[in-house]
Amino acid sequence: MSMTPSNQRIVSKLKRSSIVSLIKKGLRVDGRKLDEYREITVIPNYISKAEGSAYAKIGGTLVIAGLKVGIGTPYPDMPNSGVITVNAEFVPFASPTFEPGPPDENAIELARVIDRSIRELHVIDLEKLAVVPGEKVYILWLDIYVFDHDGNLLDTSMLAAITTLLSARIPKAVVKENGRIVELDKKVREQLPIMNKVVTVSVGKVNDKFIVDPNIDEEQVLDCRLAVSLSEDGKIAGMQKMGSGTFTTEEVIEAVKLAKKASKTLFSKINEALKKIEEQ
Amino acid sequence: MPILVQHRQIVLPGQLLAEGKDVEVKAQHTIYRIGDKYFSSVIGLTDVQNGKRLSVIALEGFYFPKIDDVVIGMIIDTGLTSWTVDIRSPYLAILHASDVLSKPFNPLKDNLRKHLDIGDLVLAKIIQFDRTRSPVLTVKGKGLGKITKGVIVEIIPSRVPRVIGRKGSMINMVKEETKCQITIGLNGRIWIIGPTPTHEEIAILAIKKIERETHISGLTDRVKAFIREELKKRGLAK
Amino acid sequence: MRYEKVKLVDENGLRIDGRKPDQLRPVKMEVGVLKNADGSAYVEQGNTRVLAAVYGPREVHPKHLTLPDRAILRTRYHMVPYSTDERKSPAPTRREIELSKVIREALESVIFVELYPRTTIDVFIEVIQADAGTRTAGLMAASLALADAGIPMKDLIAAVAIGKVDGTLVLDINQVEDEYGEADMPIAMMPSLGEIVLLQLNGVLSEEEFYEALKLAQKGIAQLYEFEKQALMKKYVEVKVEEV
Repeated sequence: MSMTPSNQRIVSKLKRSSIVSLIKKGLRVDGRKLDEYREITVIPNYISKAEGSAYAKIGGTLVIAGLKVGIGTPYPDMPNSGVITVNAEFVPFASPTFEPGPPDENAIELARVIDRSIRELHVIDLEKLAVVPGEKVYILWLDIYVFDHDGNLLDTSMLAAITTLLSARIPKAVVKENGRIVELDKKVREQLPIMNKVVTVSVGKVNDKFIVDPNIDEEQVLDCRLAVSLSEDGKIAGMQKMGSGTFTTEEVIEAVKLAKKASKTLFSKINEALKKIEEQ
Repeated sequence: MPILVQHRQIVLPGQLLAEGKDVEVKAQHTIYRIGDKYFSSVIGLTDVQNGKRLSVIALEGFYFPKIDDVVIGMIIDTGLTSWTVDIRSPYLAILHASDVLSKPFNPLKDNLRKHLDIGDLVLAKIIQFDRTRSPVLTVKGKGLGKITKGVIVEIIPSRVPRVIGRKGSMINMVKEETKCQITIGLNGRIWIIGPTPTHEEIAILAIKKIERETHISGLTDRVKAFIREELKKRGLAK
Repeated sequence: MRYEKVKLVDENGLRIDGRKPDQLRPVKMEVGVLKNADGSAYVEQGNTRVLAAVYGPREVHPKHLTLPDRAILRTRYHMVPYSTDERKSPAPTRREIELSKVIREALESVIFVELYPRTTIDVFIEVIQADAGTRTAGLMAASLALADAGIPMKDLIAAVAIGKVDGTLVLDINQVEDEYGEADMPIAMMPSLGEIVLLQLNGVLSEEEFYEALKLAQKGIAQLYEFEKQALMKKYVEVKVEEV
């Protein structure tokens, strides 16, 4: 059952009105332009024990994602495909309003939006992850953990997720006894079969203006927002309208254009981070 | 000499500060005693006077309500006859309708939210607080009431005395140099009204600087020079 | 499960990671690492990495959970799924529930809870990479986070796990030593006051071995205490005076 949230952070009226009036003039409280991201940090391979991992920070929002790999049985309707499950949790200390417990509707929505974008765009060639087709395939668990909430959890989580997949080094599957036993050789590592990169850009609407990467205070002031998942070559790989306000059709088109432009910032951060680890 | 630490030394929880019977310690939550030994309970700055009077000022931490303190609160909920106010302390505070409204209040006809709404800020004074009840506020008093313009900056409450300075010397300097009206809530919220948003911004930067460098001496002169440099940088002074 | 016997202490008395029996793993500690939490800390010991954060004292609902004369403590120890060799399910395991309890009880004796009646002090520990010693690293991170939040305490808590491997008592066990050793004893203390706030033993020790283990632990705890103090002081010592 979904309920109207009643446990939100309250932003003072004074702050709200200054946020809104600045946005009307094309400015934001922290000095950014309407279509600008806050400071972004991406660190691949942040958790060495995991088969893949990444630290992503946008402004004060911190997400660490990790990939664990196992061998299991495929889905019956996709016997020649590896399996990937995406899970997200908002750690209780990430915000004063978070409670311990199983993922709430926001964490579940976030995980599913990210899962769909990765799947639809075929970020991973799952067919290459079938070890013994029909019987034993790679199982990938992508766990996304939000450790600090300063607004825009989705873009930050996607950044951590995609960087994790792009930099992961998974153990090689060794088939024994005519396919009855499959073991993972942790000493031999290979990259995941990656076909595409994807990022998500969140665009918020404030009256008739759009802002990219809303921070925690701006999120309380938005009418609604549109999260757009984009591939590096500009294809739209997913969309999710979030929040209870509305967009006109023209507004949605404008938001998508804005998202496309802003996505370049995210892709360049990812590529920069990957290049750095390659050089090491 | 029973006191084992120097004046203006940073001390940590569990650190032995003094030993012996000759020590005068101001009763506070930052120092505790076992037998003849005095220990710090927080990260703090020592204040040693005349080699025998010892106190520790906490460098981190939240605001603990005290009667007569002037604070800046935010309305977070309304009830039938009172508002719930966040004053950045472990306890939420109450503001009674009777305190705000001049006429007798009828909960059946009057809606509290018409007077003070969720998200409104007030400058208020604590008139009641003890271990068994929530702090109670009043806005009856000179200058108290709803805050409708300017900006609010939040700092660690234990740094407020430094922002005020001895006999107000620090804050008066900041007011003069930035040409801003500045009202300090003892709960670590500071209200600034300046001639322009840029003046307000500089005042905020100055206050943040004081908060950061609280334990380093010579602060007043440094902050003054900082403000003048910022004014120059932004073309507001020569 | 592996069947070959792993030699944990070699002919020179060195452990599998080259350490001497009384040597700690490399330590890194940082305070104030999160934006939202009232206090936070990050602790690294070898490959074990934990994050701890504190909220409070703050009011809690429903009100009947609070106590009229003191603050309650709520503590959660949790490991993220990618922290271990095999993926750990995100749901709380019985082990995490037990550790949350012993960690809370350790903190109960350290925090001046009577100062804040009718409130809760929430302590959260997330293990982001596990290589043994997670509860002791977590407790140290929690103690640093509490100091960072300005919550009055009797002392910082320093903690370490002692192991017995191939008959030798060793300080600050790693995962292999934990899995293949004969005993593991996590212990936490308030070093200034010499008081033990957490003590568990998994395995078998003779009485003499136990006394020796206590001595070894105190040695390690004294060193870790210094690291903690340095981590707290760093915040103030490193504030560069920005001259105009």
